[in-house]
Amino acid sequence: MSETRSEQVLRVDAYPTHEVGGYRVRAGKPFPFGANVVPGGVSFSVFSDQATSMTLVVYKRGEPEPMAELEFPEEFRTGSVFAMTVFGLDHENIEYGYRADGPYDPVTGHRFDARQVLSDPYARLIAGRDVWGVEPDRSRGYQYRSRVCLQDFDWGDDTPLGIPAEDLVVYEAHVRGFTRHPNSGVTAPGTFAGLREKIPYLKELGVNCIELLPVFEFDESDNPRSNPETGEKLFDYWGYNTVSFFAPKAGYAATGRYGMQGDEFRTLIKDLHAAGIEVILDVVFNHTAEGNEQGPTISFKGLDNATYYMLTPEGYYFNFSGTGNTVNCNHPVVRNFVLDCLRHWVADYHIDGFRFDLAAILGRSLDGTPLPNPPLLELLAYDPVLRHTKLIAEAWDAGGLYEVGNFPAYGRWAEWNGKYRDTVRRFLKGDPGVTGELATRIAGSPDLYSSRGTAASVNFLTAHDGFSLADLVSYNDKHNEANGEGNNDGANDNNSWNCGAEGPTDDPQINALRTRQMKNALAILLTSQGIPMLLSGDEVGRTQQGNNNTYCQDNELSWFDWDQVDDNAELLRFTREMIAFRKRHRELRSTCHPTGRVRDTLGLPDISWHGERAWQPDWSADSRLVAVARCGAGDDDVVYVAMNSHWEPHDLELPALPGGRSWHLFADTGAEAPHDIRTPGTEPELDNAGKYLIGPRSVVILVGRTNDPDESDTP
Amino acid sequence: MTLNVKERRNKTGTVLVATGEINSETSGTLLESLLPLVREGKPLRIDLTAVTYVSSAGLRTLLVVYREAQHAGVAVTLYGVSEEVRFVMSATGFLDFFETGEAAAAAAKAKAAR
Repeated sequence: MSETRSEQVLRVDAYPTHEVGGYRVRAGKPFPFGANVVPGGVSFSVFSDQATSMTLVVYKRGEPEPMAELEFPEEFRTGSVFAMTVFGLDHENIEYGYRADGPYDPVTGHRFDARQVLSDPYARLIAGRDVWGVEPDRSRGYQYRSRVCLQDFDWGDDTPLGIPAEDLVVYEAHVRGFTRHPNSGVTAPGTFAGLREKIPYLKELGVNCIELLPVFEFDESDNPRSNPETGEKLFDYWGYNTVSFFAPKAGYAATGRYGMQGDEFRTLIKDLHAAGIEVILDVVFNHTAEGNEQGPTISFKGLDNATYYMLTPEGYYFNFSGTGNTVNCNHPVVRNFVLDCLRHWVADYHIDGFRFDLAAILGRSLDGTPLPNPPLLELLAYDPVLRHTKLIAEAWDAGGLYEVGNFPAYGRWAEWNGKYRDTVRRFLKGDPGVTGELATRIAGSPDLYSSRGTAASVNFLTAHDGFSLADLVSYNDKHNEANGEGNNDGANDNNSWNCGAEGPTDDPQINALRTRQMKNALAILLTSQGIPMLLSGDEVGRTQQGNNNTYCQDNELSWFDWDQVDDNAELLRFTREMIAFRKRHRELRSTCHPTGRVRDTLGLPDISWHGERAWQPDWSADSRLVAVARCGAGDDDVVYVAMNSHWEPHDLELPALPGGRSWHLFADTGAEAPHDIRTPGTEPELDNAGKYLIGPRSVVILVGRTNDPDESDTP
Repeated sequence: MTLNVKERRNKTGTVLVATGEINSETSGTLLESLLPLVREGKPLRIDLTAVTYVSSAGLRTLLVVYREAQHAGVAVTLYGVSEEVRFVMSATGFLDFFETGEAAAAAAKAKAAR
């Protein structure tokens, strides 16, 4: 007998004590919640504070009618937790749910209905939407079926990468959209496995963190709308309508039809880690797919509506999420649910961090008022399991709470910096009066994060929610007609500029300007202090044809077009070299906000501002030119970034350099490719050391170093 | 669906030929057949040519055998993995653990060429 087998021991709790509905059972353990395989059986545990009785409903996999309904004996209830171990179940071939009986009285918050079979909030797998886009059988009484799974993935030597937050380059991507395009060339388009095949692309691009749009089980088919022009069905493509918080979306897995989505997703994560790429999940705890009074009953509504949702005194749903309901995040039970969920993704899926959708809601009290010291945010910040994960807040909500720069951080939370996005966009357009705020934003927004450091600011110009970068420079207005909402959805304040024509054009000058504007955006983003985030596809000029809200578009409006990797190789190369440049220059990634003081032996301040004349920035309202020089942070070189959003060129006087250093040209977005950018370390020395002509609407990046880059640069 | 297993011994080791589906119901049978063979310490080949489906529990069973074999210093090779089973094993990462017959043949060929 081998050691592994000999470790098996006899357990008293492996034997039944009762019989219910023809099945041998015994009292289960309240914790952990959910369905867990135990010796000889499966232990089921579910919470409901006000249920008068609870019944476990078991189906043979895929069958419409239950094979067993087992009411929890009263003695199997501990506090408000119903727990029972059922013996003799084939855990792989069953689906289960619950019937909770209790009062139906919406005014007091209770919506119990024992006719409904409810999903387990802690289900690790969900069946019912196994393959993306397959029209479900809506006549079935139980749509989203909880499944039992083993949690014994073999991670080998996978450990957290622990990349310092300030060193991250985040890439926001949609699991399906990244490889669903027919030209993706992967074996299983639109899946975790497909994304896994594209890891070499991500690695070559240089990003070291991928932030995935929601991957918790959701129902892509719950959008009732159609495209008014084509009649095609619209989807809930983005997935901000969670059905089950512990289960990876089956439709994102090539093996979802076999119920192996958990293993497939874990394998993706394991291989991303092996490639040096962390994984952040976009999580949605502010609302659920159950909607308001008219929405479906899936799980929480029927199990314990008054606990899980914020309700008005009349029993209606508060709607701070803009989607009908609001999760009661600071209720003690719900706080623990959120914590359990995140621990699950960290411990069982090796997730490196989370971006919280409409996170301002997580700081609201049970009646919706903002809390000064939100217990949930504090709990997550100090939790032992989450201790080294990245926590990123979308620090606003649809109820008007806007906390950018003011989110309760507990020394841990970073934020999507919406002010960074808006300021840089306005500068790129050429708006007047922006240079002063631009300087603040690219220095890591010290006005917002002075006590938290630069890594509290996740800088971005584009995200899934809004224009893509190519559209930001091609459209003045949103064009969302395909969403079937009369172009009334999506943001109106985009700070976009079409460069002279709305949408696609054959005008070579306009197209050249658009390319330059995209390079300008990427150059500013990747030389700003704070964590840069790129939207997937922006590096190859992905267009959504002016649609700034493609939440429902499962088609080429949303998908990554892999032909563009060749067609837009110039922009891809520019992005790749910009990322490499950021990695090479530590002064761009300093965690401390720069002070303008001399902090090392070079004799230059850590940050200095310049205009047409060195050391003389022009902060006036008419100024559209600003240059910044950075040094220190352990590097011996100086990085100079001049940003000109004026439609005229300007002569730049360059600041003098100490210690035998001279200016070398890394990037000039006004130059024709391939001279627009160099490989870091190979920058040619400027002929005229003191001056440089910056073109209209251009960004110039210089490196002040000795002529032997290996002596001055620290990779 | 049941699973039938047959052993075949030759000079280089033991071949276990499986026929049917490997799932939570049948994987116990497979494990009972395989573990004694692993303990014999001779190279073991698992012929999956006639296996039409391997479930999540089935993949775990194969991995348990692999881990036991690794512990005992025994080489385990999978043979005849169908396209569908290979696809599932590849997408879920299980294939990374195993040497498959095709890969073993290629390695032997490369060794011979040297």
